Amino acid sequence: MHRYSKNLQQTESSQLGFLEKHLLNDFQHNLPLVPRPFALLAEELGTSEQTVIETLQLLQNRGYISRVGAIFRANTIGASTLAAMAVPEDELENVAGMVNSYTEVNHNYQREHHFNLWFVATAKDETALRQVLQEIEQRSGIAVLYLPMLEDYHVDLGFELQWT
Amino acid sequence: MAVNATNRAGRINDSVNNTPLLDEMDRQIILATQAGLPLAPRPYEVVAQQIGTSGEEVMRRLGRMQSLGIIRRIGAVPNHYALGYRGNGMTVWDVADEHVDELGKKIGQLDFVSHCYHRPRHPPHWPYNLFAMVHAHNRQDALQLVERIAALLGEHDRGHTVLFSTRILKKTGLRLPL
Repeated sequence: MHRYSKNLQQTESSQLGFLEKHLLNDFQHNLPLVPRPFALLAEELGTSEQTVIETLQLLQNRGYISRVGAIFRANTIGASTLAAMAVPEDELENVAGMVNSYTEVNHNYQREHHFNLWFVATAKDETALRQVLQEIEQRSGIAVLYLPMLEDYHVDLGFELQWT
Repeated sequence: MAVNATNRAGRINDSVNNTPLLDEMDRQIILATQAGLPLAPRPYEVVAQQIGTSGEEVMRRLGRMQSLGIIRRIGAVPNHYALGYRGNGMTVWDVADEHVDELGKKIGQLDFVSHCYHRPRHPPHWPYNLFAMVHAHNRQDALQLVERIAALLGEHDRGHTVLFSTRILKKTGLRLPL
């Protein structure tokens, strides 16, 4: 079983039904590349294709899953990096809004630390990526820490929580 | 555009002879699916119709991108906050560069670590070179996980901290830079 499965069932037993939990947990396996993948999942779970599709839609509508789709490996398409800024509290809303306005920025989190703004940016190559970060530095007057992945040590067993 | 591929170990390799690994149709498939696959009985067929090819071709190409390591997996992307994970900590560690690979591999295998990366340090403001995401139901539980990593590192741990997220300011899927 998946690493998060046990925790999921403990936490969410009151909120999620049997099928919903199984769809989340069993999604550690890749969505099969067959003409009717949801029918195959339904067969494994002993339910109907329509029920699987409706349940996934419900999970998506409620925000338990953000989408059903491909997870790309970092730095295989274009260049991406984690970046951090130490933003004064009273400028945080403005700076976060400015950072978010870049389509190159796909994740942005506020964290409790001197470096309180953490985002992931992706561009077509490293030059374009650095240009975005430089522009953010110039517009905010705040230094941007450039923290690209040098090595990935995680053994991906599936159902990963999506971060960077 | 030169595209890099990674092998199973996650190491980035230059593509052979700088030949792009992805052609125009691959890119169209990525663009059509990056916000999510359609939740329809024949999702690959729907994508195929959008870009003018067959469902078979879409599946074949997704499978190829998977075997090249460009796609890690295809599946549901969970929102850990909504699923009850409130203690999400980015733990960061200062370990000697000559030991980072060996230690990173150990931490990357822990079942409560979802991501584990080597990243550059920026002294004096940022001394940490090893990042590991831990997920727990609350901060107390997360802090216990941090202690477990510290115990595993032992004397290799020259300093660490944990940064809890307080707000998601933006979260979208990958936007293919084209």
